[in-house]
Amino acid sequence: MSDITSQSLFELTSNIKEKKLSSGEITKAFIDRAEKSKKLNVYVTDNFEKAIDQSKKFDSNPNFDLKLPGIPIAVKDLFCTNGVRTTAGSKILNNFIPTYESTVTQNLWSQGAILLGKLNCDEFAMGSSNETSFFGNVQNPVGENLVPGGSSGGSSAAVAANLTPVTIGTDTGGSIRQPASFTGTVGLKPTYGSCSRYGIVAFASSLDQAGPMTKNVRDCSMLLEVISSFDQKDSTSIDYKRNHYSKELSKDIKGKKIGIPKEYRVDNMPDEIEQLWKNGISYAKDCGAEIIDISLPHTNYALPTYYIVAPAEASSNLARYDGVKYGFRSPGQNLIEMYEKTRSEGFGDEVKRRIMIGTYVLSSGYYDAYYLKAQKVRQLIKKDFDDAFSKVDAILTPSTPSSAFKIGEKTNDPVSMYLNDIFTVPINLAGLPGISIPAGKDKNNYPLGLQVIGKPFDEQNILNISYALEDKINFKNDISDWWLSE
Amino acid sequence: MSKNSEYLIERENKQYEVIIGLEVHAQVTSESKLFSQSSTKFGAEPNTQVSLVDAAFPGMLPVINEFCIEQAIKTGIGLKAKINKKSVFDRKNYFYADLPQGYQISQYKYPIVGEGKVILDMPNGQKEIGIERLHLEQDAGKSIHDIDPNNTLVDLNRSGVALMEIVSKPDLRSPDEVNVYIKKLRSIMRYLGTCDGNMQEGSLRADVNVSVRLKGETEFGTRCEIKNVNSIKFMQMAIISEANRQIDLLEEGKDIDQETRLFDTKRNETRSMRSKEDAHDYRYFPDPDLLPLEISQELIEKIKSDIPELPDEKKKRFIDKFNLSPYEATILVSDIETSNFFEEVIKNSDVKLATNWITGELFAVLNEKNLEISQSPVSAKNLSKLINLIKDGTISGKIAKTVFEQMIDGDQDPLIIVKEKGLKQESDPKAIEELINKVIENNSDKVAEYKSGKDKLFGFFVGQAMKESKGKGNPQLINKILKEKLNG
Repeated sequence: MSDITSQSLFELTSNIKEKKLSSGEITKAFIDRAEKSKKLNVYVTDNFEKAIDQSKKFDSNPNFDLKLPGIPIAVKDLFCTNGVRTTAGSKILNNFIPTYESTVTQNLWSQGAILLGKLNCDEFAMGSSNETSFFGNVQNPVGENLVPGGSSGGSSAAVAANLTPVTIGTDTGGSIRQPASFTGTVGLKPTYGSCSRYGIVAFASSLDQAGPMTKNVRDCSMLLEVISSFDQKDSTSIDYKRNHYSKELSKDIKGKKIGIPKEYRVDNMPDEIEQLWKNGISYAKDCGAEIIDISLPHTNYALPTYYIVAPAEASSNLARYDGVKYGFRSPGQNLIEMYEKTRSEGFGDEVKRRIMIGTYVLSSGYYDAYYLKAQKVRQLIKKDFDDAFSKVDAILTPSTPSSAFKIGEKTNDPVSMYLNDIFTVPINLAGLPGISIPAGKDKNNYPLGLQVIGKPFDEQNILNISYALEDKINFKNDISDWWLSE
Repeated sequence: MSKNSEYLIERENKQYEVIIGLEVHAQVTSESKLFSQSSTKFGAEPNTQVSLVDAAFPGMLPVINEFCIEQAIKTGIGLKAKINKKSVFDRKNYFYADLPQGYQISQYKYPIVGEGKVILDMPNGQKEIGIERLHLEQDAGKSIHDIDPNNTLVDLNRSGVALMEIVSKPDLRSPDEVNVYIKKLRSIMRYLGTCDGNMQEGSLRADVNVSVRLKGETEFGTRCEIKNVNSIKFMQMAIISEANRQIDLLEEGKDIDQETRLFDTKRNETRSMRSKEDAHDYRYFPDPDLLPLEISQELIEKIKSDIPELPDEKKKRFIDKFNLSPYEATILVSDIETSNFFEEVIKNSDVKLATNWITGELFAVLNEKNLEISQSPVSAKNLSKLINLIKDGTISGKIAKTVFEQMIDGDQDPLIIVKEKGLKQESDPKAIEELINKVIENNSDKVAEYKSGKDKLFGFFVGQAMKESKGKGNPQLINKILKEKLNG
């Protein structure tokens, strides 16, 4: 048996069910490794003591019918967890302990999982490098001083560094897929409405989706099966019949039509990304898929559209952090002064930048030119995909236009930072499912990902295509454990 | 409307007309709030009816309360208005301590109810007031500034309670019309059970838009909005004061600034709250947490079929079926409790007498004791018994008033009072004849005068006979027998 922490979710659950491993052993192994991995800074808050207790409790009365029997899991610190501090990576929620549980995390615990702790992320999920977190950078286990991507950077790093078997992140414009791509892991953003948003600290409500982040596609299907559910507490949750994703997982993609959108060949795209994409196409062909050139004509407008819609919603969603009811408060002589001091001191620069953009685009006199126009363009982007999906079953693109970059490299250049999401953002705007799988490496040996985009509610199909490609690609993440301390 | 009833404000040979539009905020009658399951009960301890959604905790999401939607549709139907099958909830963004989300969920561009109308019964005829729209929105909490000397306290019990904002067209022209309009609106909603209309508890408040123009002008003047007035009396005072302020400005050759004003009830004047330049930019946009609201025709039909008879229809029925005057009918239908009381009384008794007794004696008692009809000291059952005693001649109308005065004390049965006090009317012709004989005997001089042509002495004899009967003599019988005796 290989080292516990390097095992996949599938292996761990099998070993537990076959009583080869106990929940206590597994939990302890991950905690021990975490204690030696502080340099990565993946945890904002750990739940180790309680996790040990819970694992013992599981072992004393195990239920092997559950889908995550006694499996310890760390989650992004954007999910509200009952009794465990939830910060959203922000000073303004530094002292916030929810009295309630998000639906998605509740789904994990209901299937036997145990909370290991809360993982670092960009402040309010705004960022592509985990550098906007109040709790500091996260190191990418792939290489020192490399960003893990964002906003689910703590999550991607934790999976890649074997600090949690799997995790869940949230994806508003690429926050699951981009960090997965940067760390050589798998990340899936489900169809909008698939996973409940109840209890997830909101960034941009019409775009936010929770999703699995895992070592491989099979684990991804197992986790999606647990977290995706209809929830009456979220009015945008959709009631549809969800697949048994792990049971129905299949490498047989013969005859599947896969679209290649010409607009994703952007200027200055590194050759290695171009090559990666070509390889992906040929693997798909090898699997019997049919490759079809398609056009998504409004792709160019996706990023500017996103950077109007998302900040607009965020500016309103973040108004509740005012120092009145919970979280950080900086006292003032009067209400306005308290607001100003609380929000100036409580929010970081990137969050403030987006609140200002959002406030501006919603202001009277600008609303029509920005917000309303962006909503119209969003419909056009959606229509592009509708049209494409009348011809193809899925779309294959690179996940990101580059591999992981150095910490600090782009912090003073927001636009270049925003460009990271150029391939992922359109999928959120269209509400579609998308998955990033590791597909190769660049000249520095840093991982690169490919993205498979599906029709609404067609997660099974993109999981199957990814499963088939994963097999052909046979990616190996060589991570040296360079950060470990004694 | 006839000319002389117009409400005009005079200034040196000039007459100004006052234009009024109302935005009424009516609390939806509902057990729970618009987007959460918290109770809406009035008067609870501060912050005891607050859910995580109402207090805007991170990750909390609004879920629409379908009952409130049905209540809004019902109200829309009651206002003879168009129900919009698709409407949208928007966020109205502003910061305030008692607004936990930092935005109010409201409806901006696409309200649930469109144009409708309300008919006012004015002394000189009916007047139609147009309804512009009705939309649903959340109430805010309450900031309390006068308990702690150093801090403002916040009570979120009201936070998230469903309100209907009913916007009238600028069709109102006088404080009297405003009075009748508010009462009519309240009456309709109380009939429907969609708002209790309780102004003391803040269930009904209004923003009042006022402008003035010279009589005969067709263009509207610049309007000012007076925020959050919570009684009809204050609305009327605010309108008069604000209209005069505007006219004074015009008379001095000055312009009126479009602004939001507050009414100071102590000084009976409005003062500026914020100018147009300072107006909030609410940055309305569709709430991404809520899907557009879609209402099926089936639901509308179902609600329509549940709509009770409303004041206008009831009034028509009362006039047609019971032959009431429009004035009587208007009074009786103005409040659902009153009309229910009336209909209860007339189940077993005479309509004409019931109308007179309810609008006369009973209303007088209620007024005097400051009671609602639901708290009436005399039940409909006992009042109808009393009316029957009059109708069948057991007691006279005059005696009935004495009996009624006793009934007030603990809703006593009039039959028992009449029996115990021996108030039964004397209707035996023999007994009447006897006492009339006595009167004729004792007043032979007057009889002589009468017979010689002094006809008006007849009343004197009736009075004497009544006196002789200690008020219990049947007046019709006394009349009849007296005539026979004196003329025979």
